[in-house]
Amino acid sequence: MDALLLARLQFAANITFHILFPTITIALCWVLLFFRWRWLRTQDAAWLGAYRFWTKVFALSFALGVVSGITMSFQFGTNWPGFMERVGNIAGPLLGYEVLTAFFLEATFLGVMLFGHGKVSERVHLLATFLVALGTTMSAFWILSLNSWMQTPAGYEIINGEFHVTSWAEVVFNPSFPYRLSHMLLASGLTVAFLLAGLSAWQVLKNKANASTPKVMRTGLTLGAVLIPLQIFVGDLHGLNTLEHQPQKIAAMEGVWETERGAPLLLFAWPDEATRSNRFEVGIPKGASLILTHELDGEIRGLNEFLGSHPPVAPVFFGFRIMVGTGVLMLLMSWLGWWMLRRRGWAPDGLPRPLLWGLTAMSFSGWVATVAGWYVTEIGRQPYIVQGLLRTAEVASTTPAPMIALTLAAYVTVYLALIVAYVGVIAHMAGKPIDAPVRYASTRLTQATEARS
Amino acid sequence: MSFDDTLPLIFMAVMGLAMLAYVVLDGFDLGVGMLMHRATPEQKDVMVSSIGPFWDANETWLVLGVGILLIAFPKAHGIVLTALYLPVAVMLIGLILRGVAFDFRVKAQDEHKPLWNRAFFVGSMMASLAQGWMLGRYITGFADGWQFTAFAAAIAIALATAYVLLGATWLIMKTEGDLQARAAGWARLAWLPVAVGMALISLATPWVSETVRSRWFSMPEFIALLPIPLVTAAALVTLRVVLNSPRILGRLCWVPFALVVAVFVLGFFGLAYSLYPYVVMDRLTIWEAASAPASLKVILFGTALTVPAIIGYTVFAYRVFWGKARELTYA
Repeated sequence: MDALLLARLQFAANITFHILFPTITIALCWVLLFFRWRWLRTQDAAWLGAYRFWTKVFALSFALGVVSGITMSFQFGTNWPGFMERVGNIAGPLLGYEVLTAFFLEATFLGVMLFGHGKVSERVHLLATFLVALGTTMSAFWILSLNSWMQTPAGYEIINGEFHVTSWAEVVFNPSFPYRLSHMLLASGLTVAFLLAGLSAWQVLKNKANASTPKVMRTGLTLGAVLIPLQIFVGDLHGLNTLEHQPQKIAAMEGVWETERGAPLLLFAWPDEATRSNRFEVGIPKGASLILTHELDGEIRGLNEFLGSHPPVAPVFFGFRIMVGTGVLMLLMSWLGWWMLRRRGWAPDGLPRPLLWGLTAMSFSGWVATVAGWYVTEIGRQPYIVQGLLRTAEVASTTPAPMIALTLAAYVTVYLALIVAYVGVIAHMAGKPIDAPVRYASTRLTQATEARS
Repeated sequence: MSFDDTLPLIFMAVMGLAMLAYVVLDGFDLGVGMLMHRATPEQKDVMVSSIGPFWDANETWLVLGVGILLIAFPKAHGIVLTALYLPVAVMLIGLILRGVAFDFRVKAQDEHKPLWNRAFFVGSMMASLAQGWMLGRYITGFADGWQFTAFAAAIAIALATAYVLLGATWLIMKTEGDLQARAAGWARLAWLPVAVGMALISLATPWVSETVRSRWFSMPEFIALLPIPLVTAAALVTLRVVLNSPRILGRLCWVPFALVVAVFVLGFFGLAYSLYPYVVMDRLTIWEAASAPASLKVILFGTALTVPAIIGYTVFAYRVFWGKARELTYA
């Protein structure tokens, strides 16, 4: 394998591992704020139990997100040295503002949020939790701004091959940014919604449910049922925006090899790069044209118009179907689950076991949809790193292939072990009873004996 | 000098200070990590409690330092990180292992706890040695030859030992009783290798680098610079003396830590003087490597606005967890 492909695989492995955890922490922090607020308002210990348990999940996810994020800040340089040399004037400030406005905020107040009880007032603690939530969301804002700019560049000029900014407002709020940011934030909300519901369902199935379980499941299912239609709507807008700015990506997503009117919506096909056609097509006639142009005979530009500069078709085509398929399942399960839970007076014990198993199986469905969606958008931008302007191959590392292969193997081993450990530990924690309340006064002056959490 | 010419200088200073903040702040928690295997299970928990609320923000300084290298000096960033490809990977895997071990060790099944404790120790060791190695390679401008390899290896061991000393003095400050007494013992053990290491490196650096030699050993600079090594030596000797005093277990528990921080700060300024104005030794000056002034101004604006706030709330966070380390709970 050549160094370029290895560098891409390594970056993809790291970014895939990384995205799993911010996807959870961005929305989970706001949910924690909600749990905490409900506890303060109702003084119902079930809310406090929910807060405590999900804080542990949050802390663990946050740690994994931080360490893989640090890795990424180095891999920009080790894997794509040319990227910063050419695009540094644009990417630099956006990444810099992320560190300055988001990383420090969330990392510093995380300590107060996790361990500050009894040391700061309840108001300061709520404020710390809010600042962590704000920090994670701001982090998403800057990163998605940069990523969107790479998809739909704006507000720049090129002098001697280097990009220079002409308008920061156009750079930050580039054409695809509002859609991509909303799409990602909703994806985070849905990932957390199904994790809340799925883990609660699992607790019921294993007879490990506690007083918090009904509240958590209701929160999860409600969140999912509300967000999924919004996500489908935003996803559609995002698709129309992509059609306008990156038609080759849409052509790959829909498997349209030749420009055509009344293109079918393919439910399944096997795109064949060699013959530049699809095999085993199953589709709804005129469906794609209807969705994308809102006309039965609307014209969809095909991949034939982008020879030599369109993405590999199969991963984009299948990634898109996995994402949409997961979204449809989410719609069905959250609406069915919410309706059935409501009919049973919000008591999850009475839910039919197949539904509980279904929700359990979907605990990490948000990860599947998010990663599939990111593959669509990132692979869909290839062979460019900045759409239409800068090819990935031009900025790749000159590091020898064996060295990249060696470190890739090391990273992948660590990542796989950590994913197994993460899911295993969450399941382990979900099986344990909720902690007894802590009395601060007695522990305040005594020597620390244990770092229990 | 015009403002545009001053910008790279400002960013060099901010990057240097971010790196100094990282080395001191993450240095103490890496050091605590490398002392873990010497403690009893209960003491391990206290040690982790003493750094638990801080480690994440401490590592953010590394992201800021590398971030500024990436943003302000993109040409240098490519050269430095390509040259340090393998040690960077070793450091990152080390940081990953220890960062997650913090959380896993208390959340995983009890029988897995020793495994995560070991991951914490090994990760801390990998990251510290890799950072020292990178520093050694960086000072010599990534030169090839056995003496440069030996130099990098020496710095790797010296930096890791210095982190251990910093971690031990942090524990003297943040803990009580038996653990505190043991930490004082660890600090006494680490002192000699650190003192010898610093002396050897101070002699070896001018030997391996012509640039550093001419910087330090010419008149009248030599006399003007003399306070740096003299004060460093005085701080180290004072440290050794106070480590024998029982008063560091009481009210003066902060003194050893402050002395080690002083040694780090002095070492940093000595190093900064040796390197300036190069961002890649003998190859690339900060002006040659800098980004466009327009972009630097945008970041300078943000830096000037946010860094005081960051320092402010960092001080706040340390004050919240002031005093002896206690049990950590997510109440």
